[in-house]
Amino acid sequence: MSSTPFRMPTLGADMESGTLLEWLVQPGDEVHRGQVVAVIDTAKSAIDIESWDDGVVERLLVQPGTTVAVGTPLALLTTTKAPEATASGTDEPAPPAARAATVPRARSAPPASPVVRRLADRLGVDLASVAGTGKDGRVTHADVEAAAQRTSARAGGTRRASPLARRRAAERGVDLASVRGTGPSGAVLAADIERAPSADRPGGEPPPRPGGLGPEDRAAAMRAAIGALMSRSKQEIPHYYLAHTVDVTSALARLQSHNAGLPVAARVLPAALFLRATALAARRVPEVNGFFVDGSFHPSAAVHLGVAVNLRGGGLVTPALHDADDLGLDDLMAALRDLVARARAGHLRRTEMSDGTLTVTNLGERGVELVHGVIVPPQVGLVGFGSVVRRPWAVDDMLTVRSVVTVTFSGDHRAGDGHLGARFLSALDELMQRPEEL
Amino acid sequence: MTDNVTRTRSDIEAEVRGLLERIAPGVDLQSVPRAADLRGELDLDSMDFLSFVVGLDERLGVEIPEEDYPEMTTLDGAVDYLLSRLSPGH
Repeated sequence: MSSTPFRMPTLGADMESGTLLEWLVQPGDEVHRGQVVAVIDTAKSAIDIESWDDGVVERLLVQPGTTVAVGTPLALLTTTKAPEATASGTDEPAPPAARAATVPRARSAPPASPVVRRLADRLGVDLASVAGTGKDGRVTHADVEAAAQRTSARAGGTRRASPLARRRAAERGVDLASVRGTGPSGAVLAADIERAPSADRPGGEPPPRPGGLGPEDRAAAMRAAIGALMSRSKQEIPHYYLAHTVDVTSALARLQSHNAGLPVAARVLPAALFLRATALAARRVPEVNGFFVDGSFHPSAAVHLGVAVNLRGGGLVTPALHDADDLGLDDLMAALRDLVARARAGHLRRTEMSDGTLTVTNLGERGVELVHGVIVPPQVGLVGFGSVVRRPWAVDDMLTVRSVVTVTFSGDHRAGDGHLGARFLSALDELMQRPEEL
Repeated sequence: MTDNVTRTRSDIEAEVRGLLERIAPGVDLQSVPRAADLRGELDLDSMDFLSFVVGLDERLGVEIPEEDYPEMTTLDGAVDYLLSRLSPGH
């Protein structure tokens, strides 16, 4: 048993500090690696952050509303296994003189996988109240869903509510149980919370989030953060730019026939196909996938594609689609839908903010044919897709009309030359000509 | 026919507007010309448009094939299309 600090994480190269918005755990709670334990506010959005360790929350060191620098300990965990062996223990913060006694565990949650925990979190189910039917009493997916149905059936019980609705309810001091839900199975949506009278200000304006940012502040802060990061990119990274026009006629035809057999909600967008091709091309040309740090390029074994998502009301985030090269087309589409929805709802996870190894922007959505992208440091490449256009095109000495897209690559000259970027773009083209393998 | 509820043009338009307001919160739909391209007016990307089509399937039970998407790009076009798909005898 040992104490391990849980620190303010960095969520990207542009982040220096963050504001703790909310603790989702209390002293005495058992936490698991990967469990969402707190919500923090950055210039870009509110982010759910997960614990790195298994253990029990010993003490919360930072109160909601406090802004602290990256790396500042937020809480102390009593970890159940020895921490990673380090050269010395000097990394540990000195315990303040007036230390509180370790609070006994208030309640212990039964064992459950992170996936089940997330589901429980989403459905508003208290795991401690669920009897596990899995091996060794583990709580299963089905147990959580059954519990959620029981609670939604019980009047006045814990209500099903979206994470955003829960957050809004907490901000406004609204009791979820008192709100009529208009979502699926009576789930409470954020809009329902906005309509509900708040406890402390009946019918009044929602109170400002403690220490958080209002919409205008947030827009300004986000603009400043993007500006700072892009300035750094343009000052530090000697960009080179390449463009290549790719015939996507057969790839799109294949996508269309794939979609024809699928229900609406499962249809795959061309954007997902382009991401899939990019991920596979990055695997073939690993020199474009990774980070430039401490004067040299460090390739990444995993392909975590940063996906540029523009936000309604202005701004941009580039969360990572983890292990995009391992996802089949349908899975990649599902992951993309989830990622975009969460990016827009302000519910990204810490690792998604910092893990991208190669970023893709798809400004073709906005009708432009070509984008000269700016690299997101410390990455070394940015792939840009323009819009799909119908163009006259020569095939075997015959002039015909094909669907084509101009793909661009912005590369970091410190990590390679135009030749490298050209290899990457031609790998991408080749993959696109064999859509049956995508 | 088990579904003997006849949806009027205004019912359908209300569903379409409700859905668009959910997908593009904060946009004033009243100010959007009925024949204007919704994707441009409401700044919808392909993911938003997919949410629109999925939402119409959920709310109205109309599954729209991809080849019909071009008919759905204006408010008037979408309502006309849905009306024809929902009319008896379709």
